[in-house]
This record gives sequence, structure tokens and C-alpha cells, in this order.
Amino acid sequence: MNHWLLDAWIAGVALAAACGPLGAFVVWRRMAYFGDTLAHSALLGISLALFLDIHPALAITIAGLALAIALVGLQHRQTVATDTLLGILAHTSLAAGLVILSFFDNPRVDLMAYLFGDLLALDRTDVMLVLAGTASVIAIISGLWRPLLAMTIHEELARAEGLPTTGLKLALMAMIALVVALAMKMVGILLITALLVIPAATARGFSRSPGQMAILAAAAGILSVSAGLAASLPLDTPAGPTIVTMAGLLYLLSLAKPAQ
Amino acid sequence: MSSSLLHAHGLVYRQQGRVLIDHISLSMNAGEIVSIIGPNGAGKTTLVRLLLGLLKADDGSIERAPGLRIGYMPQRFHVDPNLPLPVSHLMRLASRDQHAITRALQRTQALALHDTPLQKLSGGEFQRVLLARALLRQPNLLVLDEPAQGVDIKGQAAFYRLIAELRDELGCGVLLVSHDLHLVMASSDRVICLNQHICCEGHPDAVSTNPAYLELFGEPALEGLGVYTHHHDHHHNLHGDAIPEHDHSRCSHS
Repeated sequence: MNHWLLDAWIAGVALAAACGPLGAFVVWRRMAYFGDTLAHSALLGISLALFLDIHPALAITIAGLALAIALVGLQHRQTVATDTLLGILAHTSLAAGLVILSFFDNPRVDLMAYLFGDLLALDRTDVMLVLAGTASVIAIISGLWRPLLAMTIHEELARAEGLPTTGLKLALMAMIALVVALAMKMVGILLITALLVIPAATARGFSRSPGQMAILAAAAGILSVSAGLAASLPLDTPAGPTIVTMAGLLYLLSLAKPAQ
Repeated sequence: MSSSLLHAHGLVYRQQGRVLIDHISLSMNAGEIVSIIGPNGAGKTTLVRLLLGLLKADDGSIERAPGLRIGYMPQRFHVDPNLPLPVSHLMRLASRDQHAITRALQRTQALALHDTPLQKLSGGEFQRVLLARALLRQPNLLVLDEPAQGVDIKGQAAFYRLIAELRDELGCGVLLVSHDLHLVMASSDRVICLNQHICCEGHPDAVSTNPAYLELFGEPALEGLGVYTHHHDHHHNLHGDAIPEHDHSRCSHS
């Protein structure tokens, strides 16, 4: 196995391990479209990074957080439904990102790489960044597991019993923003939500408790990453889409299991 | 034992210019079962949310006794079908003490449901599980919001009996919210009839003959009780505001 492929595999496994529990919350809290919206805003983050000359992962996380806060603020005004609001934010930020990027006459800007991932561009620093980022996501989710779950089951009850639900929600959004930033080179902006949603959905049918579902989702994600990378090499297909295709196939396969 | 657990004074809550809670004062004592009844949209849930501290009142104040532990039982709630959650896990999120969990489930006759996923519970089962969950906090005040929703009459009667027993055992105060008064009344020490403001309050027998109550619930609600005293002193317009007719003395507007 050559060097960069091993690096890519390690980064992919780390991402899948973090996406397992995080994706379970995305599925339980019906945040799939929110994840998509964050991913769309990543392009705005990249243009921000070019402007300010900062690291793209940092800029994407900041853009995602800004979007999450804007969303919470707009939700409080309750002028339109949340899915409409997400549609507005997702496409406005994607479009604005494309417009701003077009001002740069820069060879660094490879749109296809951002949209669908570019494994070859993954360097050692990126791998370290992914490892550090996913480790902190896993640590935070484990630490906040009980309050996060209590809030997911019944937000008002959790608040009545003294849990800081607004802070918990922001923490969850921040973690999704971070994972989006870290996964961009791996699978690309347009496919990131798949890593969160599909393995969690695959795990559902095999799980009898929330914790089980989080762990099985991580396992399904790791399997998809491994199979996708392994297949993309001989087939000479792009790694990100191959990984997501594998995750989708695994989900279809899981449907064959008879319902309990 | 009749120490005051909670005292609310002159609560006002507005939403987008509409007054949902209009100068409500009430107190809860230990060992007392208070039922709040009122039609849909009367502000019952808003009042509960104010008392629980989930909403901030625009005016008025709430005093809570030091060391007050509220066991809150929300209305039957929706659990996402994608969340695999057996009763045991719901309980473990509220307490790490397995013995306490077993005792609480036993007390509400829900121990057999220990491993059942929440999505598979019937209305009555869900209710008993939520009550057991509220008990885990060793509450001195139980707040139950529409606990009888989706439960048949026999189940409701049994549930209210259980509440009365728990009050006797724990000496806790119980605040009960319902839009259906018949079964609530038997176990209540005090009934508060709500429609934005407090229309009338008092002992169940007194309330059921109060004209304000009759006005709010109409004649059909009373057929089973065989009581009918037709003396309106006010009625409500579309906003729920009280419109006086003759004499205000029969109804306690606070």
C-alpha cells in the first residue's frame, strides 16, 4: 500500500468514527438538511480563507458557525418555515461563494476538488488536522452524551430540568461545522452530509439503544471508507464519490435484514 | 403539612401583543392537588411553562420554596422512529441508580415495560413511564400536563387514583393540567378554572356550580353531574376577554 493511500485511509477512518455518533444525532434531530446547508456554506468559507489568507479548515468552520448562528437568530423571528430558511441560506451562501471565488485568478482554486473532494491533495498536515479534529469531536460527544440525548428526546423537559439546551444545540452545530471542514478534501462539499446520514441510517435497523446505533454507525462508516478507497484504486474512480456509493450500497444491503 | 411550595403573583404573559396570561396569582402547598382546567387555548400550558421557568413572565413574580424539586411530566411526546430508545434507557438518563429506577417503575406499574422501545408504548403505558421518570427526581412538586391524553376512561380513573396515592405517600404537591374536568375533579383539593385569567377557583363542588365555570364549559359538560345554575355574570369575546353582564361579585377576577 503506498504512502498517500495509507494516509487517506487513516484520515477516512477517523472521519467515519466521528461521523458515526454525530450522524446519529443528525438523524434523530432531523438535521440532514441543516448539514447540507453547512456544507454549502463551505465554499463561502474557502473564499474567506483566500481573502484573509488563513487555513481553509478554519475558515470553513467559522463560516459554518456564522451560518448556524444566523439560522438560530432567523428561526426566532419565525417569518418562514425552517426548511425554507435553510434553502435560502444554503443556496445564497453557495452562490455567494462561487461569485467571490470567480474574482480570484488563482491556480489554487479548483472548483471540482472542493465540490467532490480531492484525495491526492491530502497532505500530512491535513491528516494531522483530521486526527486532532475528529478526536475532539469524539471527546465532546462522549462528554456531552447524556445531556445531548436528553435534549434530543424532549427539549422542553431537558430545559425544565436545568440543561443549557441552547448551548448544547450550538455545540452540536459547531461539531457538524468542524466535520464538514475536515471532510471536504476527502469527499467534497456536495457529498459530506452522506457520511453523516447514510451510516447512521444503516445502523438503525441493528440497534436497540442510542449508544449501539452511534457505534454501529461509526463501524458502517469505516467499512464504507475502506471499501470505497479499495475500489477507487483499481477502478480509477474519484475516491469521495466511490466511498459514498459504497455507503449507499451498504444501506441497501442492510434493508435485506428482516425487521425485528 | 401545608408549607407553601410555590407562589406566583400577578403573572402576565404576552405573545405578539396578545395577552395569554392575564394577572394570575396562585400558590401551591405541599400535599395539595390543584387542577387547572380550561378550554383549548386558555393558556394552561403557557401557565405551566411560566411556573417551570421555561418562559419569562412580562410582569409578576414567582417565589419558589428553597429546595423545591419539580418532577415534570410533559404531554405524551413524539420520539423519532429512528431513535432506538427502550424505557430502561430513558430512565437511566434521569438517574444512574438502577434500584431507584426499578422502584419507580414498580410504583407506577410499568416495570414490565422496562425493555420496551418508547415507540411501542400505548398512551396509558407511556403515561406511567413518564410518571415513573418524574418520580426519580424525588419531587416535592409534581407537574403533570394533560396526563390523560389518549387514555381511555378506565385508565384515566386509575391514573388519577395513582396520583392521589403518590401524594399521600410522598406528601408532594401536585399540579394537574387538563381540558377534561370530570375525572380530574374527584381527586382535586382545588380546581382553578382558567381562560387567560382565573375565572373561578375553589373546591371542586364549589367550582362546578360556579357560573363562570358553567359559562366556560357549557351545559353539556355538566349533564353527568346533574348540577345546573344558570347565572352568567360575564361571557368571553373571541379574544377570551371577559365581558361583564350584570354583577361581578360571583367570579373572582384577579
